[in-house]
This record gives sequence, structure tokens and C-alpha cells, in this order.
Amino acid sequence: MAEEHYLELSENPVQFEHASSVNNVFFDEANKQVFAVRSGGATGVVVKGPDDKSSVAFRMDDKGEVKCIKFSIGNKILAVQRTSKSVDFINFIPDYPHTEFSQECKTKNASILGFCWTNWNEVVFITDQGIEFYQVFPDKRSLKLLKSQSINVNWYQYCPETAVILLSTTVQGNILQPFAFRNGTMSKMSKFEIELPVVPKPAKLSLSERDIAMATIYGQLYVMYLKHHSRTANSPSAEVVLYHLSREGSCKKSHVLKLNTTGKFALNIVDNLVVVHHQSSQTSLIFDIKLKEPDCALNIHQPVLPARSIHPYRIPLSGPAAVPSQPPVPCQLYSSSWSVFQPDIIISASEGYLWYLQVKLPPTVNLLQDKGKLMDFLLRRRECKMVILSVCSQILEVGEKGSLPVVATVFDKLNQVYKDYLEAEQSYTQAMESGPSRGSAAQKRPVRTQAVIDQSDMYTHVLSSFTERKGVSHKFIIAVLMEYIRSLNQFQITVQHYLYELVIKTLVQHNLFYMLHQFLQYHVLSDSKPLVSSNQELILRRRVCGSVDAPHLPLSPSRARLPRRAGYVHRFSVSLLNCVLSGVFAAVSGEHVPTRTPAVPGHAEASVHGQRRDHRGSAVEAAGSGCAQIHPQRRWPRQRVCAEVPGRGAADRRPDAVLHGV
Amino acid sequence: MLMISPKMASGMQEKQYTPSLLSFFIYNPTFGPREGEEEKKILFYHPSDVEKNEKIRNVGLCEAIVQFTRTFCPTKPAKSLHTQKNRQFFFEPEENFWMVMVVRNPMIEKPNKDGKPPTVEYQEEEMLDTVYGAVVRQCYSMYKLFNGTFSRAMQAGGVELLMQKLEKFFYRYLQTLHLQSCDLLDVFGGISFFPLDKMTYLKIQSFVNRVEESLSLIKYTAFLYNDQLIWSGLEQDDMRILYKYLTTSLFPRHSEPELAGRDSPMRPEVAGNLLHYGRFLTGPTNLKDPEAKFRFPKIFVSAEDGYEELHLIVYKVHSLVCFLIASVELTREFCEQLDSLVGPQLTLLASDICEQFTINRRISGPEKEPQFKFIYFNHMNLAEKSTIHMRKTASVCLTSVHPDLMKILGDINCDFARVDEDEEIIVKAMTDYWVVGKKSDQRELYVILNQKNANLIEVNEEVKRLCATQFNNIFFLD
Repeated sequence: MAEEHYLELSENPVQFEHASSVNNVFFDEANKQVFAVRSGGATGVVVKGPDDKSSVAFRMDDKGEVKCIKFSIGNKILAVQRTSKSVDFINFIPDYPHTEFSQECKTKNASILGFCWTNWNEVVFITDQGIEFYQVFPDKRSLKLLKSQSINVNWYQYCPETAVILLSTTVQGNILQPFAFRNGTMSKMSKFEIELPVVPKPAKLSLSERDIAMATIYGQLYVMYLKHHSRTANSPSAEVVLYHLSREGSCKKSHVLKLNTTGKFALNIVDNLVVVHHQSSQTSLIFDIKLKEPDCALNIHQPVLPARSIHPYRIPLSGPAAVPSQPPVPCQLYSSSWSVFQPDIIISASEGYLWYLQVKLPPTVNLLQDKGKLMDFLLRRRECKMVILSVCSQILEVGEKGSLPVVATVFDKLNQVYKDYLEAEQSYTQAMESGPSRGSAAQKRPVRTQAVIDQSDMYTHVLSSFTERKGVSHKFIIAVLMEYIRSLNQFQITVQHYLYELVIKTLVQHNLFYMLHQFLQYHVLSDSKPLVSSNQELILRRRVCGSVDAPHLPLSPSRARLPRRAGYVHRFSVSLLNCVLSGVFAAVSGEHVPTRTPAVPGHAEASVHGQRRDHRGSAVEAAGSGCAQIHPQRRWPRQRVCAEVPGRGAADRRPDAVLHGV
Repeated sequence: MLMISPKMASGMQEKQYTPSLLSFFIYNPTFGPREGEEEKKILFYHPSDVEKNEKIRNVGLCEAIVQFTRTFCPTKPAKSLHTQKNRQFFFEPEENFWMVMVVRNPMIEKPNKDGKPPTVEYQEEEMLDTVYGAVVRQCYSMYKLFNGTFSRAMQAGGVELLMQKLEKFFYRYLQTLHLQSCDLLDVFGGISFFPLDKMTYLKIQSFVNRVEESLSLIKYTAFLYNDQLIWSGLEQDDMRILYKYLTTSLFPRHSEPELAGRDSPMRPEVAGNLLHYGRFLTGPTNLKDPEAKFRFPKIFVSAEDGYEELHLIVYKVHSLVCFLIASVELTREFCEQLDSLVGPQLTLLASDICEQFTINRRISGPEKEPQFKFIYFNHMNLAEKSTIHMRKTASVCLTSVHPDLMKILGDINCDFARVDEDEEIIVKAMTDYWVVGKKSDQRELYVILNQKNANLIEVNEEVKRLCATQFNNIFFLD
């Protein structure tokens, strides 16, 4: 069975000392750091992540159980919460006093639920009665309240990427109030309500913190709500409801992801895909909110691929004691000790690992039969180029009946992305040329993502090997090449000459000169200069001499007459012609013939040849049925004015952009 | 039997007779080598009511001439025999098989006073060997297209079968020969191509490829719009004769009832959910008819090893004709499948092309009579274009210029054919017309200018100008 696991855990996890009675483990989503706090910090705090190099170790006094511990951005200041009333700070800036200082929350009788760093020196306290926004002055070892807001809070969520804090308010907890932070300002965004599946009769907290997550997908901030199935409500299975949270305007319910099952779920975002882990079945589903379901008006999505488990993971035995023969221990996936964080982090505190979840694209190819949909899916992924190219090769390899429309769809999708990039690039260049005088926000150079598959990619990885493979009918090869050229033309992309060469080569190989001629006639194959490139010359030289009765080529230095079939090649276009002829000359005479000699200006001097002569007088004539004049070839001087252009060598023909329907 | 179409010359009481077919026969000298068996040589003879001995005499004469001229040039026996009253054309398409066409020279009948019988003046120089030689060759190509070679029939069923086939084919075909309107275009046997932009052309390519891929029975596809070729998957020589058949025989036969309002193709067929206007020109006229016969004409085209026998399916939507050539007997299922697959797509393509067509027309402006008339032909791709010829109908091919001018064109063409060199010939015709022939490599251009009092230099300049403006995308040597 082919590889089917399309999700995997990163190969090099962040390893830390696993949680135990003496070792508490904390994770900071903002800096993606794991804190292992031994004995309240007295015997050491080890901070690891997001990569191995940035690990920090230090000691601090044990002043009670640590509830929460986080560095400010850039590891400048460490904040530790030990009580529900206050947060302690320790400077980690060199040359600044290292002693702790503390800040109590301003609101009386409030208890601190947690805190978030929004900048290197800005921190937000979230209490059960509101939020307090502080600026920290590490030199003065004090904090200044910038802003605060009173509001009853059940729990909160923080999205570090966008610096948005989401507060759960009201008794049921389903009214969510977001706040956005930026450069020392705090702005209240419009609140919104999460539709609960069942409204509890005596009102009680019904929306759990665990069922809400925030993440940015395709550059937009979404609040994801895991809506569990309920027996009373008419929902047979759980679903994930996405609320689009825009800075301006209200929050709208935008997408519904159908899980088609029930149980315990966890959410991740990987490469703009929503990954839903299902614990009881030990599988995961992925959703792409940009993949449109054809028959759904509202954005209701089904999983892109069938449910599969994460790729089995083996924990390598670490340390110098590791014996090579000892196999790595398989890691239990979907363990109940797993904690899942946004966007793509899975932590097993009991084993001391932090993994990044990754999407593997190659297995998706076989799981998604609809190639058009597959392309849509792949084109939005980060590491898609080689997979897309392999899909193209695969489609062409199968070559089964009716695959041309699929090929066409795939090419169109690729070229749409390609065209968008080219256009962006062009408008950027134009903007640069016209100068930044406009004062408009300096246009950013468009990023070339992997999804931009240009002609050279297609040529190198797909088409050239495809055309050379044995057992493929030339009809199919030509059809595919023409389909690609059609698609490029449809998106008004200039076709590169090497594609033409490929077409010409295939046609010449199969003696389809008439087709070739028709393509030239309708300018499908343009007569471009690079077509004369030495490469092409070689191909044609080999082809023409090889397949068209080369031994019988009558050649004269002044004019090479190729056999009738080759006659097409002989003159279909000058550049081609030149390379054909020079190739033939070179092959025959062994000397180099210049591909183009300057044209001799035609002297069209008219000369009167003679007057009409009565030919009857000279012809044998007999009346009746008798034989009169037998001439297979007849010369018949007549009143005529001749302006004869002396015959010239064939090598000096000019480009013949053949007629257009003439 | 004479097929006479007299033309009344204005003013004078002269009667003019155009060239007409006197007889047409096919023989093989090896079939009756002994004396008394001469009749066996004759495979086909038109008109059939000629007395046997005369047939034998005429065949014998031809045989003798060919044999006699062979002594001068063994590889190139005589092609034609000129006499005062008629002209004979000889053609040996296959070894020992000879086709002979005898054409009566055009003549003028001048009434004499005093009740004397009118004097007849034969204009034996008015006919061109190249034109009628091409007609004979075309006869053979057309026979071969539908029946295969002579030797194929011989192998299959001996002389009897061959004679049957010849009789069946030529009896009808000769009636469609219109010798009086044969001209330079018959020599060229060219194909008129439809001008189309690249994108539409590529769409058609894409369509053709898809059809050929999904209906694997279909071996070749070709595309025409308004009787002009857009794409052919067939080899050039096959396409040439097939094009001739389609444009001069099949299409006119079908367009006449259409024009008359009968057999209206405007009734859309509903296949699946798609409306389309497609219908078969060969094979079943109505797919719904339970009695419909699914028989398509057989044609023979060149293949890698000799000839292959195929079935010609002609399918039409508006002016767009797509013909497909399949290799085996076709069934109702296949036709229905083809109809539902090709019909809707072709309807879309037809509207695309039609749109282009009207745009092109608008760009080129209202159709006004151009200052000059021309014929263009390219030997390489057989592309031809003529502004001299009116639209061809089943019966006649009308030209808009005087036959004398056509004759001059034919003469120039003969001169061109004699030499390999590129040349240009300028002729001042009797009637103030200038005729310019230009041969540049494989291309030939003939222009008729009507400029009174123009001198040679002016005409030369004018043609240069025309080449630069009208044929700027065509390459001429000077």
C-alpha cells in the first residue's frame, strides 16, 4: 500500500525534561518556548525552543508555586505569576538590575487569570473582572498602567501573531470580546456571539476554553469553535465553525467544517489547513477553507482527504547510552497527555517533547482522485512544486482514455497562478520604473511562491521526459503539448521557444510535416529567433537526415533539394530552414556553411523578349483526326515582358511568416 | 453526344462553343494482347453507346501514339495529342492502366450568308494541357479516394469487379465534370484556408485532440468553416482530393436544400442538457429515426503501408464542418455518442469562429470590389486564394474575368512550371488589362490589374505596392 499518512511530526522535536512532581512544564505560545521549572525555579529553569540554539537556563528563588511563566518578546523580561493577585518580573537585559519586582492587579478583589506579553515591554493582565494593559520600565523596576477595561471574564485566549486577546464574557460564556494591541494602544473590537448547540436552562458556563481557538489562515484571523454534537439538537456530528475576525467591522460566521463524527477533538493549523485531530479514532482530518464545495451555498466544507492518522513516530533513544541495535521506541500518538497549541504545536508533557505538525504532500496525491481539486489543494501549499510536477508526470503517464480534459484543467490551473505572478511582477517593475514619486506605499516585490510553475519547470521536469518515453503514442504527446501551449496562450503568456522545439521535434520524428506546416501557418508555432538555436539545429539536422531518406539527398552547393516530404521542412520558415540546410550542408560537405548570407537585392529590370509570333506557321498541321502536334512540353513564345529574378541560393531566404488563410 | 453550351457573342451572330467532353476511356493493353481480343483491353468507355469497333479503334490509336512516343523518351510518353477538332489527354495512373480523355476544342460558328452552312472555326490553342491534364489526374484521384487503386480491385475480384467499379463511379462522376469552367485552379488543386486567430485555432486543436482521444475509433479529424479548411489531420494529398470532393460535391448538395428552406438544420437537438445544432451530412439524417441506416461512405487514404480503408463521417453545425474518419463499421451507439459529444462542443466553437469571422469582416470593411484581382497559390501547403472566382456551386465555377485573361494566367503558369528559377512575367492583354505573374520559390501570385494607359514601370510599382500591403505576411523574393 502506498504511503497514506499525510501528517507527520517534525523530525527534530524540542526535547525537555518531562513533567513530574518536581518539574513543572509551561508553554508560552507567543515565543513558542517550553519552560521546565524545577522546584519552583530554585533548582533551575530550562527554557527551550523554538529551536535548539535558543535555549536558556537560569535559577530563581522559589517563592511559591509557579502558575505561569513567560518571557517578553526577545527574552528581555521574564514574567512569573505565582499568586492570583500579582505578577513578578525579572530583568534579563544585561546591565539592568536582576532583582525581581512585582505588580499587583489594579482591580480590587480581582484574581489574575493570566497575562500576555504584547511587546518586549508591554504586558496585559487578564483578571476575572477585566483587563489591564501595562508598560514595563525595567530600569525603574516598575510598571505603568496604560489602559484598563472592566468586564467579567470567564477565560481568555491570546493570538500572538495578531496580538488579539479574546475574552469570554457573560454567564454562558458565549459572548466573545476581542481586544487588539498595537504599539502601546489597546483597541476594543466588536464583540460577537457564538451560537451554542443547546442553551442550558439554568444559565451556566457552556462555552469551554478548550473549544475555542484563534489562528490566522490565509492571512486572516479566525476564531475556531469546536461545536460538539448534542443529542437534543439536530446535529448528528460535530463540526468546526469558523468566525472571521476582521479588525474593522464585525465578526462573521464564515465557514463550517463538517467532521462527520463525534468525540474529543483538537485543532491545529498547518500550512493554512485546518487539521482536526480525533482522539478516539486516532486519526486526523484536514480542511482547506479555500477549496469550494460545488454544491454548497454557505461555505460548508468536507474534509479534503479521508481521515488518516499521523505518521507513526519513533522516539530515538537519546543520550550517549543509546545502543545502535536497540530500536527506537514507538511513540503513542493521540495520547491523552498531548497538549495541542496553535498553530501547529503538539506537546507531550509526560514524555518531554514538543513537535511541529507538518503536512506531507506526496501521499495526498493518491488520496485525492479529482485531479483538478488536487491541483487547487496543492497550489496553496508551501512545498508544493515538486509534488505538482510529479502529479503532472503521473497524469501523463497514465494516459488513459479521457485524460486530456484533466490535463487541460491542470494546465489551466497552473498557468492561472503563473499568470498572476507574472502580472504582479510586471506591475511591480512598472511601478519601479515610474519611480516612487507617487508616494504610495512602496510596492513590495511579489514573492515567487513554489506554486508558480513556469515553462522551464514544466519542460525540465515533465514534458521533456514525457516526450521521450517509449510506448506513448505521438498523438497523445502532441495533444498534450498543444494543450499546454493553448493554456499558455489562453492566459496570454508568451510561449518559450523550447516548447515549440519540442513540438517540432515530435512532429518531425513522426514525419508529420503537414501538421507542422499547419501549425506554422496559423502561427501556433511562432517563428522566433531562438528557434535557430544550435540545439534546434542539431535536432533538425539529425531528424531530417535521419528519417527522411538522407542517403538520397541530392545536394548541390547552390540549392539543396530535399525530398518531397522534407520539402515542408525545406521552407517552412527561414530560421528553421536555415538550420536545416546548414545542418544538411555541414553533414554532407563537412564544412561549415553560414546560416544566413546577406540577400542580394533583386534586380527587376524588365526586358522585352519578343513579339507574338504566329506559331501555326511552324507547327505541323493536319486536319481531321490525324495527328497534328505532339508535344509533351511546348514552348510558346508570346508577347511578354519578363523580369526574371536570377535564382539564388536557398540559404538566403528571409523569414516566411506564412500566410494567414491565404 | 455533345454537351454544348452556346454563348451568344454580342452584336455578331456568332455562336461560341466551349470545350466539351467527347469521350473518356480506360484501358489496359496487357489484357488483350492478341488479335481479336482487343475488346478485352477496354475497361471503361464513355459514351457507352459507341459502336464496339470504334471503341477498339480509338483505344488502339491511343496505344499506338503512346508506344510511338515512347521511342523518343521512354520515361515520358506523350501526355496529350492536339488535333484541329479535339485534344486527347493520356494518363497512366498505374502501370499499364491508361486513362484517356478526349475533349472537343472550343469553336466559333460563323453564320454564312446565302443560306450556306455556317463555317466552324476551331480554337485549338485556347485549351491548356496543364488544365485538362490536371482534370484527368483528378478523375483518378477521386476514383482512388472512394475505391482504392485499380490493382486493388483487380486483386479483390479481377477484371469484372474493376469494370463494375469503374462503371459505377465514372458514370456519375463524368456528369459532374464541367470542362468549360476548368482553369488554373484545377491545375493547382489547392485548398482555401480559413483565417483564424491563434487562440481559436488552439481551441479547435484541443477539441480535436479530445474527440480523438475519447472516441478511439476516430483516426483522423479535419475542420472546415465556410468551405475553408482550418485543420486537417490527414496527409496533404489525401486532404487535397477530399477537400475537392467536399467543396464541389458534398457541401453544395447539402447547402441547396438548406437554402431552399427544406431540411432545416435550425432545429436544435437536445443532447443531455445541451442544445446543439449538429447533424450528420453522411450517414443517418436523423438519429431518432429507428429505421436510420448507419452507413458512411468508404474512403481510401494513404497509410504507412499502402492504403487504409476508412469511413467518412461528416458532421456539421452551421457553417462549421468537422469530419471524422473512423476505421471500422459504425453503429447507432457510436453515432449517438458522437452526436452528444461533438454536437454541443462544436456548437460552441461555431459561435466562437462566427464571432471572429464577423469581426474580421468588420475590420476589412464592407466588401467592395477591390482594385485588382488575384490568384495566390503556395505549392508547399497547397494554400490557394482567389478573388477571381465566385463562390463555387455544384454545377459551375464562375469567374469574374474574361476567359482570355484566365487563359493568360494558365500560360504564365506553364512558363513557370518549365523552369525552377524564380521569375516574374508581366503581360499586357488586349483589353487594357495587365496581368502579372510572380513566382517566388514555391509560391505563385497572379494579379490582374485594370489600369488604362499604365506603362510597364507603373504596373511594376503597383504590384510591388500590392505585395507590400496585401501580402505583407507572405514572403516574396524581391
